[in-house]
Amino acid sequence: MKIVESINVSKTYQQGKVAVNALKNVNLTIEKGEFMALAGPSGSGKTTLLNLIGGLDLPGEGKIIVNGNDYSKMNPSQLAELRLFKIGFVFQAYNLIPVLSAVENVEYVMLLQGAPEKERKEKAERILDEVGLGDKYSRRPNELSGGQQQRVAVARAIVSNPAIVLADEPTANLDSKTGDGLLTLMKKINEKKQVTFIFSTHDRMVMEYAARMVHIRDGQVAEDTKK
Amino acid sequence: MHFKLPWRNLWRNPRRTLIIMAAVIIGVWSMVFLSALMRGMSENMFENGISILTGDLQIHQKGYRSDPVIENSMSNPGEVKRVLAETLPEGARWASRIRVNAIAQNARHSAGITFVGVDPDKEKYVSFIKPAAVSEGKYLSEGDQRRILVGKALLEKFETRIGHKIVIMAQDTNGEIASKAFRIGGVFRSELSSTEKQYVFVSKDAAKELLRLSSGISEFAVLLEDHKRVDQIAGRIAEKLPEGYEVHTWKDLLPMMKAWTAMIDGFNLIWYVVVFIAMGFGIINTLLMAVYERMREFGMLKALGMKPVWIIRNVLCESFYILFLGIVIGDIIGLLSLAPLFQSGLDLSAMAVGAEMAGLSRVIFPSLNPNDMILANTVVLFSGLLVTLYPAVEAARITPVEAMMKT
Repeated sequence: MKIVESINVSKTYQQGKVAVNALKNVNLTIEKGEFMALAGPSGSGKTTLLNLIGGLDLPGEGKIIVNGNDYSKMNPSQLAELRLFKIGFVFQAYNLIPVLSAVENVEYVMLLQGAPEKERKEKAERILDEVGLGDKYSRRPNELSGGQQQRVAVARAIVSNPAIVLADEPTANLDSKTGDGLLTLMKKINEKKQVTFIFSTHDRMVMEYAARMVHIRDGQVAEDTKK
Repeated sequence: MHFKLPWRNLWRNPRRTLIIMAAVIIGVWSMVFLSALMRGMSENMFENGISILTGDLQIHQKGYRSDPVIENSMSNPGEVKRVLAETLPEGARWASRIRVNAIAQNARHSAGITFVGVDPDKEKYVSFIKPAAVSEGKYLSEGDQRRILVGKALLEKFETRIGHKIVIMAQDTNGEIASKAFRIGGVFRSELSSTEKQYVFVSKDAAKELLRLSSGISEFAVLLEDHKRVDQIAGRIAEKLPEGYEVHTWKDLLPMMKAWTAMIDGFNLIWYVVVFIAMGFGIINTLLMAVYERMREFGMLKALGMKPVWIIRNVLCESFYILFLGIVIGDIIGLLSLAPLFQSGLDLSAMAVGAEMAGLSRVIFPSLNPNDMILANTVVLFSGLLVTLYPAVEAARITPVEAMMKT
């Protein structure tokens, strides 16, 4: 089942007076449950593609269809709704809310979804248990290590049972051991819950974990390999 | 958690939050304190103004105000009394007076004064001249023929004392100069020394005798329980009175006081605007800083699916907490700083001459009107929230992609 379709997608950015073609005619299909990585050097366009798949930005040309939703036919509010319920994000810099505890950070997404307090709390605690932070519910981000913060971010991304998790260089700020532990966790979630994971990375370790590698070079798909 | 998050965000930078809260507190305190003081001054001026024989309204024979001589007295006061009896609401009081300009003199001094004949029993409910105002001697009684009440300042000016005589000279109804010696039977005190120098009081009978007046009356003064109804009541009286009379409210009789009270209201309004501008810029500046520092976070929240309107709500909520706390603390400090003045008043003796020119007493008591406080709080709260919209909308407008690029 196709979960993501990118059809002839192009994106041009204006940098001062210079137009930069970040993506050129990208055609890509991702199936449900894939654990795949978009790889490529800096500036290749992988983060741009990830942003387009996440509905954070819109293509200049072409179409993005996620979980049957054609972004070109959706308004910003509908896109926000889709992100809230169907897409989880894991960012390179963790991006947790510093004034909320680990469990509150995870709960917050469900709060935005309108879930009742009891359900929020129970589910957030269960997910934190799953990512190995069962003893860190009430810790604030500044009281957690980088790896622990990224686990909270993963918990936040999967708490609402999304169809896709988009992770932008999730291991970039982690040492190799912590990164390895995080990838093992995400792989486990992928296999257990059939959540599609899409990474943008140039970390070799992430590439090794990925079941499918899509190399982006100069804004185009240069290579698409499945293991 | 909708309300917990903005609250916690406030304390990310406690110093900044406390500084802006201090600005709100000072703004609210100054509004509460100054408006109470200004209202106290305004009420004091009003009370002084109407108690010095003016009342809420007066009725005269047509032409008396432009030429207040005895010939312009009302010849048939009975018809005015009847209209007053029919028209005045419960609690209203009235008194009739004979009032002429005269000369007072003793062996050493003479001065132009206003000679007033009163019904002592009625006058005490209408103006300041009542037993409580008499500091030495006794208040007048009905039919007193020889006793006169003089002000303390006039007594001192004339270097005389109670029991001594004072001669009053005025033009009588025949156009002749009439004079009579009265014995100083009492000394009255007033809030304003000019009043003590200006007026002398005798019984109406004594005044009639001096001025050879049979039934004439110079004026009727009416004091209402509800001062705000003055225009309505004056209109009703004017409608019922026959031709030949004029009804004037205190606004006509004391135009300066009307201007002063309007100016005080205007001053309050200007002060509200000044506080609003100063505080508004402070709030905008502080919240813009707070918002720009967290742009990446707002972008992340939008990426997670937070709608722009929720971001606006969160920023407004932060502002609401600051404003609400500032208002409550400002009100409390305002009330605490007013509390001693409610007891002892604000002593303006050092500026007594200037204060008296404005019709103010030497000691001013603040007057706290709940409406002023509500207005001050509402102005601060709503103007604060209004100016917060700008940083809130800025936060809501950022796109996740732009926000994520910010370091």
